[in-house]
Amino acid sequence: MIHHHPEKAKLFVLDDERAHWHDKALWFMRVKRDRAAATVPEWEQLRTAAEGIKLHTLSRLADYLEEFERKATANGIQVHWARDGEEHNRIVHGILEKRGVKKMVKSKSMLTEECHLNPYLEARGIEVVDTDLGERIVQLAGEPPSHIVMPAIHRKKEEIGELFHEKLGTPKGLSDPTLLTERAREHLREKFLQAEAGLTGVNFGIAETGGFVVVTNEGNADMGTTLPPVHIASMGIEKVIPRLADLGVFLRLLARSATGQPVSSYTTHFHAPLPGGELHLVIVDNGRTEMLSEAHRRKALCCIRCGACLNTCPVYRRSGGYSYSYLIPGPIGSVLGPHRDLAGHASLPFASSLCGSCTDVCPVKVDLHHQLLALRQEAGEEKLLPFGKRMGMKLASFVMARPALFRAGGKVARWVLRVAPGLARVGPGAVWLRGRELPEPPAESFADLYDREMNGKPEVKP
Amino acid sequence: MAKVGLFVPCYVDQFFPRVGLATLRVLRSLGLDVEYPRDQTCCGQPMYNTGCSQEARPLAERFVRLFSGYEAVVAPSASCVAMVKLQYPELIGDTPEVRALAGRTFDLSEYLVDVVKVTRVDGEFRKKVGLHRSCHGVRELRESRSSERMDAPFDKTRQLISQLRGIELVELERADECCGFGGTFAVTEEAVSCMMGRDRIADHVRAGAEVIAGYDMSCLMHLDGLARRDGTKLPIVHVAEMLEKARLSR
Ligand code: SF4
Repeated sequence: MIHHHPEKAKLFVLDDERAHWHDKALWFMRVKRDRAAATVPEWEQLRTAAEGIKLHTLSRLADYLEEFERKATANGIQVHWARDGEEHNRIVHGILEKRGVKKMVKSKSMLTEECHLNPYLEARGIEVVDTDLGERIVQLAGEPPSHIVMPAIHRKKEEIGELFHEKLGTPKGLSDPTLLTERAREHLREKFLQAEAGLTGVNFGIAETGGFVVVTNEGNADMGTTLPPVHIASMGIEKVIPRLADLGVFLRLLARSATGQPVSSYTTHFHAPLPGGELHLVIVDNGRTEMLSEAHRRKALCCIRCGACLNTCPVYRRSGGYSYSYLIPGPIGSVLGPHRDLAGHASLPFASSLCGSCTDVCPVKVDLHHQLLALRQEAGEEKLLPFGKRMGMKLASFVMARPALFRAGGKVARWVLRVAPGLARVGPGAVWLRGRELPEPPAESFADLYDREMNGKPEVKP
Repeated sequence: MAKVGLFVPCYVDQFFPRVGLATLRVLRSLGLDVEYPRDQTCCGQPMYNTGCSQEARPLAERFVRLFSGYEAVVAPSASCVAMVKLQYPELIGDTPEVRALAGRTFDLSEYLVDVVKVTRVDGEFRKKVGLHRSCHGVRELRESRSSERMDAPFDKTRQLISQLRGIELVELERADECCGFGGTFAVTEEAVSCMMGRDRIADHVRAGAEVIAGYDMSCLMHLDGLARRDGTKLPIVHVAEMLEKARLSR
């Protein structure tokens, strides 16, 4: 396996101070989320409603998408359909090429990451500037985002200062967040003014109105779509919801779950092109209908990309976004990645203690940890487990199916551990013992104690 | 046949027999007719959580055979109970027998609170206690409200042990964060697993706990292993052991 989560995670953990800093930064987001959610008395009903709306929509997705296209077209939006990432990129490039666009600004969109749009356009001579501050930071650093809502959460302010010194000419050693942000604002302002087109993602497409909604905190999507005459929006097919009235359910959940804010700073509704401008909407499948066709995977398509499952995940917080082989990290990425390519992401379903915190925090009730467990079974069936693990489990199962063997074996093993504790360092015991002690093996098992207890004989201490 | 089938998970049987005994005593002190089916071994959870359904299935099937006759099955281990309750139907088929057994299998705390309806606990435990709320007890069995959820709070284990005279339950900063045991996760993701466990221990220490109490020995085994390695004086105790000498009444 080229990209193995435990190995990357181990390196991350090795830098204890940094790993704890990362853990605390994200836990802080979780605490903020808890506080914000607690202000909504009907929080749990909202989650149930959101899940219901999403599942309903997915059950007749084609109808809603057609309605959405019809209404959007009537509003003057040009709708394009893309089967996969490649087609999406071709469509976007086609639109830009036709208008001779050489500079484009872009607000946050995990879908374009999924389609690898930036390198595609750059290879064709188009400058793409990510305008979300976090995204711009990782873009300048030549890295992918390490979090879906806070792309540069893995970087400390001193490192950002260093990067800005090198790329944006800030004074060496400057790490004041306000000053750095001001410099970024200046830099981005220039880019906005030069841009000939702006691309955004889509948080919700509303079938009833043919409009769509983009949620940001920095207003960069608004700036990037009001200055240049061409606006392209990229949207996954699962982003459609039936009615405008449904939107409130999601908006109340989204910002609170994502950042602990009651509402994001900017929630922009787009219905039609600017006067004299163009508005294109590219609706992308890229493997989604396949996920839709399988009942146990479908629920992953309900995700509204709030990032709460990352913030709460005790493994993500302690292993960082880059320890995951899929571009979306954390619990939802460990579900989506293997749903697409299990063999390519075989270590991800196991990068979880199955604590279930993700499932409980998720605003649309995606059954994340149960999907991870189901994916483990698939990995087992497809013979993707490491040899040692498979053999160990085969052996354990053989013994456990034979009570006499289990009891005799247990007795011998406990005896060995008592007289020669060093022998525990053989096999998986060695890994356990690297950082932990084993329990003291008692002389008697419970079965022995049980007999004596029921026969009324006093207990003998081992 | 006895009314209550005592389910003592394989590692408890082998490594923590005292916890099994304490569970037996707590149940018998309530006048319950308890029996320990001797042929029980392992519920199959380690295999299932590792992705080895095929290896888990025969163990689940024999578990159902051994325990189907009891009115209730009780274990001092939330995650093994969660395996039977929530995963068996998926693993070996959602038959009436499997579903019925799933509905009748309980972790000790929930059995005492929900079935026996224990309301009074008369006993003593003079220590500052940090309660480790194991994930499968919280988010599968719903023995306490998870910190993620916003509905009315409850905590069945706390409800029982908080009545012990002299006990002081300390407040943790992270009330139900995972300790990082996670079955084979503890070995597969050893680095993260140990860091998670150490962070939990630090939280208990900061809160002033003198002992970590819990209802799942697997988590406690992991935490104890870390504390002992690091020389942190923080012993572990299972809820059954805390209740063993107490008088429980409805
Ligand atoms: S799975 Fe749920 S919690 Fe995770 S990003 Fe998606 S909506 Fe948010």
